[in-house]
Amino acid sequence: MAETIDLSLFVEPSDAGASHMTLAVEGVSCAGCIRKIENGLNKLPGVIDARLNFTQRRLAVDWRNDETDAAKIIAAIETIGYHAHPFAPERADADESAQAKWLMKCLAVAGFAAMNVMLLSVSVWAGNVSDMTQETRDLFHWLSALIALPAAAYAGQPFFQSAFRALRARHVNMDVPISIGVTLALGLSVYETATHATHAYFDSAIMLLFFLLVGRYLDLAMRRKTRLFAGNLASIKAEFAHRLDAGGELVQVPAAGLFPGDRVLVRAGERVPADGTIINGASEIDESLVTGETLYRPVRAGATIYAGSINVSGALTVRVTAVGASTLVEEVERLLDKATQARSQTVQLADRAARLYAPVVHTTAALTAAGWLIAGAGIHDSIVIAIAVLIITCPCAIALAIPAVQVVAAGALFRSGVILNGGSAIERLAEADTIVFDKTGTLTLPEPRVDESAGIEPEILEKAARLALSSHHPLATALARLARVRSPHAGAIEEPGQGVRAVIDGKEARLGSAGFCGIADAAYAPHGSGASFITFTHDGAAVTIPIRQTLRPDAVAVVDALRKRGLDLIILSGDRAAAVAPVANELGIANWQAALKPAEKIAKIEELKAQGHRVLMVGDGLNDAPALAAAHVSISPITAAHLTQAHADALFLGDQLRPVLQAVAISQRARRLMKENLTLAVIYNLFAVPLAIAGLVTPLIAAVAMSGSSLLVTLDALRARLRPRVAS
Amino acid sequence: MNVLIYLVPLALMLGLTGLVAFLWSLKSGQYDDLDGAAVRILPDDDIASHHIASRDVASRREL
Repeated sequence: MAETIDLSLFVEPSDAGASHMTLAVEGVSCAGCIRKIENGLNKLPGVIDARLNFTQRRLAVDWRNDETDAAKIIAAIETIGYHAHPFAPERADADESAQAKWLMKCLAVAGFAAMNVMLLSVSVWAGNVSDMTQETRDLFHWLSALIALPAAAYAGQPFFQSAFRALRARHVNMDVPISIGVTLALGLSVYETATHATHAYFDSAIMLLFFLLVGRYLDLAMRRKTRLFAGNLASIKAEFAHRLDAGGELVQVPAAGLFPGDRVLVRAGERVPADGTIINGASEIDESLVTGETLYRPVRAGATIYAGSINVSGALTVRVTAVGASTLVEEVERLLDKATQARSQTVQLADRAARLYAPVVHTTAALTAAGWLIAGAGIHDSIVIAIAVLIITCPCAIALAIPAVQVVAAGALFRSGVILNGGSAIERLAEADTIVFDKTGTLTLPEPRVDESAGIEPEILEKAARLALSSHHPLATALARLARVRSPHAGAIEEPGQGVRAVIDGKEARLGSAGFCGIADAAYAPHGSGASFITFTHDGAAVTIPIRQTLRPDAVAVVDALRKRGLDLIILSGDRAAAVAPVANELGIANWQAALKPAEKIAKIEELKAQGHRVLMVGDGLNDAPALAAAHVSISPITAAHLTQAHADALFLGDQLRPVLQAVAISQRARRLMKENLTLAVIYNLFAVPLAIAGLVTPLIAAVAMSGSSLLVTLDALRARLRPRVAS
Repeated sequence: MNVLIYLVPLALMLGLTGLVAFLWSLKSGQYDDLDGAAVRILPDDDIASHHIASRDVASRREL
């Protein structure tokens, strides 16, 4: 059946009669790929321009509507040999890239000004100890002012705006002391220049802005990089649904383009694209991604099914219901609201430092001014010294100390297969002392695997596996993974809901339910062992192949390593006790609970929090989403349900559990480095502040101290790049 | 010291030129695809094919 594809969700109209679309492209790895794709598309009739962004792995295509369309373009890319997935650009994406550009402009202006002002300042410092006349010095100071004032007004905007917003909301952030410091330093310098004084601090103020902007930019660049990657991944994994139109015609639409009331067809082996009610058909569905339950649930017309579950046997026609209309989703949403509100506003290291910092510094400056006044210095001198204190303590190093480490650590995590949703997750990961695991899809692999301990002859298994290639049944899919020959048998016929049969070597082979293979059910399907069975017969031989949820290959080692790190481990599963017990046993986790509802998972986590534990929740199911939101910090595998991914602080890729261990290890190291960096910044202040209070700080000393401490802190942060030693 | 009258503006102008050049390159999207720029120089398809052929022959002769 020729099925039309509806891609209107992704296509944006550009000029008259032309359209634009962005695609995430898989498999682009070299210059040749760029050329093949761009040349191939530009040759197509109707394509105006195709440009591949190699950094982002995204392709932007413009075309004329009357000559070609989106589906043809995607098909053309397929024939070139690449998979392209339409990409719905998000607003946050555009906002962030505009902000990155703006920060880069500020950084460029500050950099230009810092270099030129420094050129003039060095001349003044040299002149002060040789033969510079007062007129020349004044000229140089005025020139500095000419460069520094407009530059600071432009490049300081990110700080001034943020400080203003914070003050309006009646609290203090790091940008408040920064803005005060910069403004005072510039004001004082102008006054000093006007009164022909020896010292001006234009260079300090502008250099401060430059260093701080570097920190800001790094921070944003890190967030953009992970968001970009996550965005591509989301569009590559995006699911399509088969929508039944009024005329009974099937149209393939992205799952995101479904509306309540639409009718969709879900074939055997397909994932349910949206919550809905079954209108027609009967089947079994695998809800392990929704509830954690691994036993299939039989469903008939009238039953409610949830997005993310898998239709196991028969084809179903489903009417899409509004999100939140079903009881489970409603409960999850309600719990989520509560959990997100209750999530204690954890105070970040940087904020804590800022809260301490601002009052301490401002009091010190005020006391210094008062002290000098009492000691008999003039009003002018006292104020100059007090402002010098403000300049020297400006939180250059502190503002770099944390973002620099975060950027480097996020890079290390990224290489280990962990994608962060935000920079703050690193600190919270490092604080975790208890890890709560979900079982299904988290400790175990997201899809069931053949139980290899059953001791089935490899030859027969291979035959069965090759036959399984012709079936869409989830159990057959698991079996087909083992097939070495990847071509299905010619003439294999699938009987929906029963099995497949084909003629192999002149004899009929059957794979499917015991009944389908002509074997009495009871004899070959031992119940209660937590496995599902698929039967294979060929040439008189019959085997029953057990297929079960298996642990991730490195789960035991990772769990051991986590325990050695002193973390408490707990399993909270929505699955039944008989399925959870063997897993807990094998991993050696004594503390486990089964058959938990979403509310009970939350309650358990709240209880742990009340005992003073910091909980890291690792889970993938829709039923885990509230618990993920309630926990101190959370990680999900990339196979998790959409809503769950949205509430996790980090996602991990691949079949291994190791990324969880590495996330913990790298974060703990990063947090140590952050603290170290803050300590370095404090030590710097311990030396510099007394000098400033004593009135000994000249602009030269300020410049050296400031750049020296920033450099030191940045170099220290690079150590987060070194791989932490992780016991395997 | 009168030399400063034109040396200082000259220095500033040079710096400003650099700044404007950077802002222009930023605006024209030259930093949007850094990895792509690095690999895009590799293919030779902008050079006429007979040109490459004759050069190949020449280099083979040298060997």
